[in-house]
Amino acid sequence: MSKFKKKKGGDLPAISTASLPDIVFMLLFFFMVATVMRDSTLMVANKLPAADQIQKLDKKDRVMYIYAGKPSSRYEDKYGKSAKIQLNDKFASVGEVGAFILAERAAKRQELQNVLTTALKVDSETKMGLVQDIKQELRKVSALKINYTTRVGDYSQNIN
Amino acid sequence: MAKRAAPEVNAGSMADIAFLLLIFFLVTTTIETDSGLNRKLPPMEDQVDPPIIREKNIFTVVVNKNNQLLVEEKLTDVAELRQLAIDFLDNGGGVGEEACDYCQGARDEASSDNPDKAIISLKNDRETSYKVYIAVQNELVAAYNDLRNREFLRLYPNVGLNFVDAEKKYDDPRTSAEVAEDLKPKLDVVKKMYPQKLSEAEPNKTS
Repeated sequence: MSKFKKKKGGDLPAISTASLPDIVFMLLFFFMVATVMRDSTLMVANKLPAADQIQKLDKKDRVMYIYAGKPSSRYEDKYGKSAKIQLNDKFASVGEVGAFILAERAAKRQELQNVLTTALKVDSETKMGLVQDIKQELRKVSALKINYTTRVGDYSQNIN
Repeated sequence: MAKRAAPEVNAGSMADIAFLLLIFFLVTTTIETDSGLNRKLPPMEDQVDPPIIREKNIFTVVVNKNNQLLVEEKLTDVAELRQLAIDFLDNGGGVGEEACDYCQGARDEASSDNPDKAIISLKNDRETSYKVYIAVQNELVAAYNDLRNREFLRLYPNVGLNFVDAEKKYDDPRTSAEVAEDLKPKLDVVKKMYPQKLSEAEPNKTS
């Protein structure tokens, strides 16, 4: 009978938290590996247009980014309200796009230099004139693969 | 001298330090990948003698400075563009050598001969809004994708995917080499049936 004697006392044993650091470290390592730090701060408005016939832009090492749009409110009084191009961390004129592409291309590994894509992250309120100028510059340095970066959504969101 | 036991380091604050780091990386993480419409620009050098293209094989799409859409010189709504483009590409009006045996279109004499000949010419104004331009591009790509999906499902019902999904699978780095190897020729066949001939003309200057 004594085998089934109730364990004395109702106090719960304290849960050991010794493994907590291990769990946290595990999470920490996951996020450290998965993190891609934002390499450039956006200085332009960047509300992308919507599209649904899209392809993923994998392999970040093969992509060069060109941003364009109206300068964000912080820079408005300095750079005006008309749409501008942003390359890396600063505003640039259309003429600098070619040099930027060549510099970016030279910085990549040899075997990637022919498969680079230029991602155009253009704000939806921009006029096509600026985009057209960028495209002409890209053609001049024969960076012909481009990607109009969009967000996922129905095309009708673009028309109102 | 008597051997002294090394004092134990208090590791109680380890979790706090790790949490601090964890929160920092949580905040800075961006896992999402970008996506968009892939396009290819025409090379810069002018062709010496441009090939002669018959007027009926060109499908002109113009977006003017008021963001109005003109398809074959008629004012059109963007919602209708996809079907119009499909009708044009799939027309298959050619005869003899230029006949298209897989086209299911109306075989109208006045429209395109076959999908290989059919060219969509997209023009825009400098004042056109970017988002409208993207909407039009999206619909034109959708027209090609719809046709390619149809042919892919007809030719390769065993794959169990449509063209777009098959291409996505092919591009996915997690897909094994054999599967990708198997998909590639099939994708190429369908791509050749409906080649994407979408010319982005240089803009007309606004005076």
